[in-house]
Amino acid sequence: MIALQTLYASVHLASVETILAAGVLVLLMIGVFRGDRSLVPLTWGTVALLVLAGIHLPIVPAHGATAFGGLYIGDAFSTFFKVIILAGAAVSMVLALPYLREAATGRFEYPILLTLSALGMCLMVSAGDLLTLYVGLELQSLAAYVLAAFHRNEPRSSEAGLKYFVLGALASGILLYGISLVYGFTGTTSFTALHGLVRGTGLADLGTLIGLVFILSGIAFKVSAVPFHMWTPDVYEGAPTPVAAFFAGAPKAAAMAMLLRVAVGAFGGMAADWQQIVTFVSIASMLLGAVGAIGQGNVKRLLAYSSINNVGFALIGLAAATREGLTGVVFYMAVYVVMTLGSFLAVLAMRTADGRPVETMASLAGLSRSRPGLAAAFAVFMFSLAGIPPLLGFWPKFSVFQAAIDAHLYTLAIVGVLASVVSAFYYLRVIMTLYFAEPAPAFAPAESRTNTVLLGAAAIFCSPVGMLAITPLVAAAGRAAASLL
Amino acid sequence: MTNLPLLSVLVLLPVIAALWVLLAPGGEDARAANARVTALVVTGLEFALAVVLWLSFDIASPDFQFVERVDLFAPFLSWHLGIDGIALMLIVLSTFLMPLCILASWQSISRRVPEYMAAFLLMETLMLGVFAAQDLFLFYLFFEGGLIPMYLIIGIWGGARRIYASYKFFLYTLLGSVLMLLAMIYMVSVAHTTDIRALLTFDFDPAVQPWLWLAFFASFAVKMPMWPVHTWLPDAHVEAPTAGSVILAGVLLKLGGYGFVRFSLPMFPEASVDLVWLVAVFSVVAVVYTSLVALVQSDMKKLIAYSSVAHMAFVTAGLFVFNRQGIEGSIVMMLSHGLVSGALFLCVGVIYDRLHTREIAAYGGLANTMPRYALFFLMFTMASIGLPGTSGFVAEFLVLLGTFSGSTWLALGMTTGIILGAAYMLYLYRRVVFGTTDKPDVLAMPDLSGRELAILLPIALAVLWMGIYPESFLAPLRAPTGAILARLHPVAAPPQVPVKPGRPVLPGSAGR
Repeated sequence: MIALQTLYASVHLASVETILAAGVLVLLMIGVFRGDRSLVPLTWGTVALLVLAGIHLPIVPAHGATAFGGLYIGDAFSTFFKVIILAGAAVSMVLALPYLREAATGRFEYPILLTLSALGMCLMVSAGDLLTLYVGLELQSLAAYVLAAFHRNEPRSSEAGLKYFVLGALASGILLYGISLVYGFTGTTSFTALHGLVRGTGLADLGTLIGLVFILSGIAFKVSAVPFHMWTPDVYEGAPTPVAAFFAGAPKAAAMAMLLRVAVGAFGGMAADWQQIVTFVSIASMLLGAVGAIGQGNVKRLLAYSSINNVGFALIGLAAATREGLTGVVFYMAVYVVMTLGSFLAVLAMRTADGRPVETMASLAGLSRSRPGLAAAFAVFMFSLAGIPPLLGFWPKFSVFQAAIDAHLYTLAIVGVLASVVSAFYYLRVIMTLYFAEPAPAFAPAESRTNTVLLGAAAIFCSPVGMLAITPLVAAAGRAAASLL
Repeated sequence: MTNLPLLSVLVLLPVIAALWVLLAPGGEDARAANARVTALVVTGLEFALAVVLWLSFDIASPDFQFVERVDLFAPFLSWHLGIDGIALMLIVLSTFLMPLCILASWQSISRRVPEYMAAFLLMETLMLGVFAAQDLFLFYLFFEGGLIPMYLIIGIWGGARRIYASYKFFLYTLLGSVLMLLAMIYMVSVAHTTDIRALLTFDFDPAVQPWLWLAFFASFAVKMPMWPVHTWLPDAHVEAPTAGSVILAGVLLKLGGYGFVRFSLPMFPEASVDLVWLVAVFSVVAVVYTSLVALVQSDMKKLIAYSSVAHMAFVTAGLFVFNRQGIEGSIVMMLSHGLVSGALFLCVGVIYDRLHTREIAAYGGLANTMPRYALFFLMFTMASIGLPGTSGFVAEFLVLLGTFSGSTWLALGMTTGIILGAAYMLYLYRRVVFGTTDKPDVLAMPDLSGRELAILLPIALAVLWMGIYPESFLAPLRAPTGAILARLHPVAAPPQVPVKPGRPVLPGSAGR
């Protein structure tokens, strides 16, 4: 009886995951029996499911709680990221509708796979154990591999899916190997236990350290940080645009959350060790992301390098390893997801007059004449990603730099700002193409009112008006970071 | 009236107008007309507000006035505004130039008028914000935000090499600013406040000051611009439309000088004194070198751009001699240069609109065909040279007075610049206005229109006012300059300890 009660309490705490898991199976059955014509109702059904799951987020107590014998953690940190994940997944679902109908791949599996991926991400951010983490990560990744190859008639999409799968499987293997090393040297996979055991000194910790390096490498692949970034441009370019939008948003945030949880929650005792690794990865990502994007002629590839670059900036906060730094990372990811989803919404609107999607920079030329609204939104996202005040995108960068200066990481901060100047160059190039160049053939008019509304909302959020969101957002991020420490 | 948040209205009104201009419905012509009228009315209103501000300003007080504070963006920054006399004068200058810029673009801009006017209105918000900000990061936000509209103005409505120029402008200034940002973050992390007034009295560790000073210097020197980081300016000026050049020369260049006055001098007095050689060398090289470069230019706008660099060198030289004449002279130089170089660019714009070339060689003998134009151009040329009776004289005289008591050698270098300045301006004037010409297109050029007269006349009157009765402009500067000198004084000139004759102490009496 007592066992049943604890089980109930655990399931209750994990309501979000429970609802998602049960709901997605029901929706899958509906899809199987009704076929592809159920795409639209299924999409809105899954959005409703995500909203329903979101309503259950407040179940988690403010001070945090664990379930399933410590395998699962519900706290302010996981709640914050689950809001991002659920919202990001819902938006990615809706924005794909016109594309799915257009590209004749209107298969009903799209919303199902996306929801499964979201379920995996929720598990990732709530993981209290290396194995829960691994299971969540695999669920997320396997759904993502299929999504990358979703446009199966197009070789580019299949190639992206295959590339993502092979490299992703390798990264998972590295991660798992790291987990086994850590288990071997410490005898546990629980974060709480590890936090008490690992102190960064002694012989046994050397093995743990090697395990940690493997774990961090595996996660670095998921957040596409240098030197594990190679898949990003290819997959973004090859995957259908809505899928790339999804990849760039919620999964990045979830993987970053997982990184924070592992680094601070489990291996907080070895902070001095992983700080060096994170610093290196951060600098390398910022520089490579900034330089790599310069020569790109494809907007999606450019956004891929932009995401590498931004992950580098976010990692500055983790390198600081202070509460301010973690707050900065959490805040950064929230704003980043909106900026990147907005940018991809703008890319989705890039279709020639006969409705064919295009992705080249050249096709954007002079967009400000034919579609002033779209061009303005695009420009807002670019200036925001470049981190030019007073746009909202400046403030996350500001907060991680502030954390770095407070932690006396001056070199990291200086490299960071210099990289931001280099990266400004290619963001400016997009704006230059939009505003200064002679007009290219006009795009097809906007086809989806929903997408236009989403695009407008994202643009307003990233504009100076969004600065009004700083206070509540940073306060929530601060609570999330505090629950981690 | 007293309850009205005057500064907030002043700062936010243009951006609201910009949104209206962009979003107004109607056909292309109707929107363009609406944009022009709205922009003119709003900038005129802004000037009126600035005059109200000037009239109700308490000149005697060195304190920041019209202070408003709302903690809107905690924990990063707050909406905190307030002005002292220096900021007040620069705000008056900016709002004065703005309607004239709009008028100058009335006909010459025919493409994408609503966007153009919106960019200018946004520009005005950001410039006024820089001068009115009382929060360190609010200042940075406005300071760097100004890059966006200027980038668009140069890039969309500029000349042939506009894309190169817009990039160069943006990236140069951004590179300088980000280093300043790090210094600001450091300052806040040490002083635990973003309030500029509190930071003004905070004593930073003298060991760290040089680094902070250099970071700020990187930003302001680029913005100013000082030799050797001035190269973006001629490119930006040449490619920008006339009104863009006016705003660039008239107001944006003042941001660097304002930054030195507001931050570098009072916040890092030790470093300012230690690194004064750097500023002095840069200033003298700038004034001589850029004057010589100006002498050989064949493009009118480029010539005036180089003359701007030379004049800005006067500002830096005057600021860093740490005496009243120098600092007040520098600020008057900023005001005067804002008017005069703005007017000179407008003069170039007048003939550019007629002939569409900036080549000096294409003109000549304008005195015969455009006598009114020749008169105004002469007056601003003389003001640029620093003829007594014009604003330029007051500025140059005060700066030279200041530098002379600081360092004779510095004064010698700066005076060389004045002589060279007379040379290149007179040479320019002779080639454009005097002589005779047989070029049919030059002969066919009509004299100033009513609109152009309405633009140039107010500036001419202001230049004369400042030249004949500078007290109106110097009075508000006095108290804030005093405050800066009070910060600098303990460092710049160690107080002489008066020798007191002591009474002899008798041996054995010490114990009593």
